[in-house]
Amino acid sequence: MTSRSPLLARLDSPRVLGYLLITPAAIILLGLLAYPLLLGIWLSLTSATIGNPGAFVGLQNYATIFADPTFRGAAFFSVFYTVCAEVGKLVLGLALALLLNQRFGGYRISRALMLLPWVAPTVLSALAWLWLLDPQYSALSWVLVQLHLIHGNVDFLGSGWGARFSVIVVNIWRGLPYFAIGYLAGLQSISKDLYEAAAIDGANAWQAFRRITWPLLLPITTILVAFSSIFTLTDFQLIWTITHGGPTDATQVFTTLAYQRAISGGQLGEGAAIAVSPIVFMVVLAVFVVRSVREK
Amino acid sequence: MTHPDRRRFLQLSAAGAGAAAMTGLPALGAAAESPVFKPEPGAKIELLRWTAFVPSDQTIWDENTKKFTAATGVPVTIQSLSWNDMGPKAALAAQVGSGPDIIMGWNDDPFVYPEKLVDMTDVVDNLGRAHGGWYDNARSYCYDQDVKRWVSLPVGCTGNALNYRKSWVKEAGFNEFPKDLDGMLKLARGLKKNGHPPGFALGHAVGDANSWTHWILWAFGGKQANPDNSIAINSSETVNALDYARALSETFIDGVAGWDDSSNNKAFAGGKIGLTMNGISIWYNGKKDTPDIFPDFANVTPPMGPVKTHTISNNFTSAFIFKYSKYPNASKEYLRFMLDKPQADRWVTEMKGYVTPALKAYAELPIWTSDPNITPYRDALASAKYDGFNGKPGKAAAQALDEFVIVDMFADVCVNKMSAKDAAKKAEAKLQTIYKRA
Repeated sequence: MTSRSPLLARLDSPRVLGYLLITPAAIILLGLLAYPLLLGIWLSLTSATIGNPGAFVGLQNYATIFADPTFRGAAFFSVFYTVCAEVGKLVLGLALALLLNQRFGGYRISRALMLLPWVAPTVLSALAWLWLLDPQYSALSWVLVQLHLIHGNVDFLGSGWGARFSVIVVNIWRGLPYFAIGYLAGLQSISKDLYEAAAIDGANAWQAFRRITWPLLLPITTILVAFSSIFTLTDFQLIWTITHGGPTDATQVFTTLAYQRAISGGQLGEGAAIAVSPIVFMVVLAVFVVRSVREK
Repeated sequence: MTHPDRRRFLQLSAAGAGAAAMTGLPALGAAAESPVFKPEPGAKIELLRWTAFVPSDQTIWDENTKKFTAATGVPVTIQSLSWNDMGPKAALAAQVGSGPDIIMGWNDDPFVYPEKLVDMTDVVDNLGRAHGGWYDNARSYCYDQDVKRWVSLPVGCTGNALNYRKSWVKEAGFNEFPKDLDGMLKLARGLKKNGHPPGFALGHAVGDANSWTHWILWAFGGKQANPDNSIAINSSETVNALDYARALSETFIDGVAGWDDSSNNKAFAGGKIGLTMNGISIWYNGKKDTPDIFPDFANVTPPMGPVKTHTISNNFTSAFIFKYSKYPNASKEYLRFMLDKPQADRWVTEMKGYVTPALKAYAELPIWTSDPNITPYRDALASAKYDGFNGKPGKAAAQALDEFVIVDMFADVCVNKMSAKDAAKKAEAKLQTIYKRA
């Protein structure tokens, strides 16, 4: 019998083998996620401009942006945009999932079609919405006029609040399939026995939803809301394509303002500070998700 | 237009021309025959330029590039991007120190990273001497006052003029387009009354919103900054300009606050508006896309305001070479060749006025007077001011333009119904922050 080499013997240890197996993934994560994040945080503490590394300035960039009304406006709208869009996606996504959970003629094709807004490239769908919201040539306005519901075109993007709600609606439209498909998966994992037992006990549809469906969908709701909130808070393409942050900075969010300051304006340090500032919100959400998943 | 360093500029130009003559740089005409800037052995050039707005631009530019390769043996690869994407792409190249040798950018782009760019003084002097000198805007957008050298080679501008429907202006009681702003306001009211309202962008439309708001601001004597870069926006002149804009905006078609750079083109071609401001593409494309109403299209130089001089705002384009390029001489020679008479004459002529060259000699080309609707674009640079006027062109002015400070000040008054004084104060606060950090 030949003796095994010490190296191979050490690989028998689950601890050693385990660390070895996760090393490639860890290197990729560190290189593609941790490094850019840390670089962004470092840049936010410097006076870097494009092509110039700048000097360490501590928290000066943060002091500057917090004193800037445009940044405060962008922070407000980022949160408002995220909250409104998440509520909209949750309610409509759940309703859509409940509908698609029924067996009806063409239910398979309906489930596939539902995914279209999610799989279409964001910029293309944003451009399509830009045409739908056009003050002169909007198809939406045309339909409403033809139905005699309005007399003239709707000026969707011509006022601050009009533009804000318009981009929120577009975000809901785009993110709806993510919630619907998640909820649909959740609904299909609920045992039918529970509903049969509830029916025997005389529960109506609302009571069955409130006492069985919703509590059992809570874990997936937590995950859907948390991940979707992160995507929404960092949304760039939809808003940049449709409004460029206008009119009068009404639809400016963290990402569009950071892009404007850092890339167009060349102020990398200040742009990085703007980009880093929503990380606080995202860390809170991430901790919330991890804890929820563990508890459930 | 007055510049603080204009006298110094003239001295330097004269000195440069003298030095060039002494070192034996070829005179006009001979330039195309032998390279002025000797390309490096084995040179190959990459150019990134904005996507042509009119097809003939691309066609002739490519043909001239082939001529350059045939004459020098230097291959040139050309890539194109949408004009709005040029700034970010150039910024990326400056930051990472790698990318195209030459980028053709817009407005103040070169001032964001002047240290990264090759000194272009020799090419500027050479071409300026050969072609009647440069318009003032060339220096405003290409001579960096911080590093004190030409960091970019002026190419020209996509000029702006007012575009209107002749029959509708006549119907509103005007046999010819008004010569002053009061007359234009009366015309706008007449157009609105007859169902053909004007339309000027007030959203974050980089070209269209900036052009008309700056024109009105300057026409009343409003200035973003003083020559020492102290902020000058909060003035009675600015308030007068904003009050005028408010009155004018009451005649606009609905929705201009949501307009992007393509909106006025669509509305004008579709007969929704009777007056707007744009580059010549709105007229040029009308010939092809809407031939039935094209004879009714007309263009005119925007009227003067109380300052009694023309105050046009254009989109200025220039070409810069990055220091990371291994072939700066070949790149310079390419740009010189492309803007030299044998090539540029045809390029400008075939574009029918889309780019107004920054070299004065090209104003003599017959194309500019071949149709009265092209002539206003010939004059776009002669009567233009620059971003950040009357302050120092540079980073601060570039950032103020990127953040739409002037556009938003007008939109605050015309859309958000803010008082002119409050809007000027708000813009002043924004500009102070921008100029301080730049």
